[in-house]
Amino acid sequence: MSAVPAAPPGGWAEPPFAPGPRGAVLLLSRIGTFCLVELQKLKHDRSELVTRAIQPVLWLVIFGVTFSRIHAIPTGSVPYLDYLAPGIIAQSALFVAIFYGIQIIWERDAGILTKLLVTPTPRTALVAGKAFAAGLRTIAQAVVVLVVSALLGVGLTWNPAKLLGVLVVVVMGAAFFSCLSMTIAGLVLRRERLMGIGQAITMPLFFASNALYPVDVMPEWLRVLSHANPLTYEVAALRGLLIGQPTNYWLDFSALGVAAVAGICTAAALLSRLAR
Amino acid sequence: MTGTLNGAGPAVEIAGLSHRFGEHVAVDDLDLTVQRGECFGLLGPNGAGKTTTLRVLNTQYPPQSGSVRVFGLDVRSRAMAVRRLLGYVPQQLSIEGALTGRENVTWFARLFDVPRRERADRVAGVLATVDLTEAADRLASTYSGGMVRRLELAQALVNRPALLVLDEPTVGLDPVARDSIWDRVADMQRRYRMTVLLTTHYMQEADALCDRIALMHRGRLRASGSPAELKAALAPDASLEDVFRHHTGESLLPTEKGEKGALRDVRSTRRTARRMG
Repeated sequence: MSAVPAAPPGGWAEPPFAPGPRGAVLLLSRIGTFCLVELQKLKHDRSELVTRAIQPVLWLVIFGVTFSRIHAIPTGSVPYLDYLAPGIIAQSALFVAIFYGIQIIWERDAGILTKLLVTPTPRTALVAGKAFAAGLRTIAQAVVVLVVSALLGVGLTWNPAKLLGVLVVVVMGAAFFSCLSMTIAGLVLRRERLMGIGQAITMPLFFASNALYPVDVMPEWLRVLSHANPLTYEVAALRGLLIGQPTNYWLDFSALGVAAVAGICTAAALLSRLAR
Repeated sequence: MTGTLNGAGPAVEIAGLSHRFGEHVAVDDLDLTVQRGECFGLLGPNGAGKTTTLRVLNTQYPPQSGSVRVFGLDVRSRAMAVRRLLGYVPQQLSIEGALTGRENVTWFARLFDVPRRERADRVAGVLATVDLTEAADRLASTYSGGMVRRLELAQALVNRPALLVLDEPTVGLDPVARDSIWDRVADMQRRYRMTVLLTTHYMQEADALCDRIALMHRGRLRASGSPAELKAALAPDASLEDVFRHHTGESLLPTEKGEKGALRDVRSTRRTARRMG
C-alpha cells in the first residue's frame, strides 16, 4: 500500500503536499472556485450582461404585450404577460447556458483546460464547477427579466424565500443545459460545429416546453416531448414560485436535479476526448 | 511500492511506456529516469513524443502500457496525489486574459487547496518571484508574451511543486524574455531544490540549464546523458545541435507515420508564437 508523502523534497518553507479535501467538500470547494472566477470575469467585462438582456426584454415587451392583447393563448385567469414572464426567465437562462460549451473549447485551444485537468480536481468536480458557474451567469439574466417584468406590471411574488427558490431553479436548469452544451462540445470538438448545433436545438427546446403556452394546447406528440424536456419542469417551478400557479415541486426539482447530475456525469465522461 | 518525498528514489521513473493514437505510435517502449533535484531536458523534433510523455506523466493521459511513477507514486492509481506534487506549464499560452494576473494565480491556489489564511501571501510571493508584483492587478490580456510566461510560471509554482514540468516554455519569446524565464527556473531550482523536467527546441539553453538530457525521436529514446557526455560521445568539438542532428537526422520534416502529431505540434507552437506577438 502506498504511503502518503508528507514532507517537502527540498527547500520549500512548508510542505508542498497536503492530501486536501475529499468528496463533497472538494466538490463544493471547486464549485465555489469556478463561480468566483465567473464573477471576476463578469466584474471586468459587464457588456455581456447588457447585450444578453436585450433579447428577453424584447420577448416580454413586444411578444408578451402583443399576445396579451390578442388573447390567443388560453392561460385561464392569469394574464398572459404574467404567464410568460417565468418562461422568459427560463428561456434567457437556456440561451446563456446552451452556448457555454464554447468556453470549454476555447479553454482547450488556449491550453487552460490542460492545466485544469492536471490540478487535483476530479473531472466531475471540474464540470460541476463550470456548470454552476454558468448558473451564476444566468442569475444576472433572471434578475433583469424580473425587474423588467415588475416594470411592466406583472404580478410577481416578492417573497424572499420564493425568490431564492427562483434562483435555485434557474441555476439547476442552467447546470443541465450548460452540461448538455459541454457534452456536445466533447462530441463535436469544434466551436463552429457547436455553434451550429446550439442554434439548431435552442428553439426546439424552447418551443417543446411550456415557456410560451400551456402543455394542454400542444399536439399529443409535442406533449410527450415536452415531458422529456427539463425546460418544462424549470418553467413549471418558476411559475409556481413567481405567480403561484399550482405545480408539483417534488417532480420539478427532482427532474431538474436528475437532469443536472446526468448532464455533469456525461460531460465529465467526454472531457478526456475534448482534451486529447 | 511506497511513494514518498523523503525517500531516496528517483523523482520520475518511466518503464516500458508506450502510447498510441489510433495507428500512430507516439511513444514506443520508453524507459527514463529523472533524479531528484536535477534539471532534466527532454529533446526531440516535433512529433517525437515529448509532449505525450509529459501528458502521461502529469496524469492527463492514463498510461496505455508500461509504468510511470512520480516520487514513487503510480500515475494511474494515485493520479490525484501525483497532481498535488506537480507544477505544469503547457506549450500553449494558457492564462485567462479576462482575469488579472493576481486572479489567475489565486485561481490555481484555490484549485490546489492552498489554505485560505496563507493564500494571499503565497500568491503575492510567487508573483514577486516572477517580477509581476506591479502588474499583478492588470488584466492578463494586457501582458506581453514574456509576462504571460512568467505568470504561467507563477501559477505553476503556487502549490510549491516538487516537480516542475515545462513544455517548451520559451517558444515564441525574444532572447531577453527567454533568458528571463530560464534565469527564474534556475533560481527556483537552486533555492528550492525542485526537480525540473522540460522540453525545448533551443539547444543552447538546454546545454546551459540541464543536468541531463534525453533525446527522443519517433517515440523512442535515442540517447541520454549529461550534455557534456552526449557531445563528447559524438566528437571532441561537437555542439548539442550536432548531437540533435546526429540522432534525429532530417526529422524536423513531418514523417509519414508521425505526420499527424508533428503537424499538430507545429500548429500549436505557431499559434502560441503568434499570440506572443
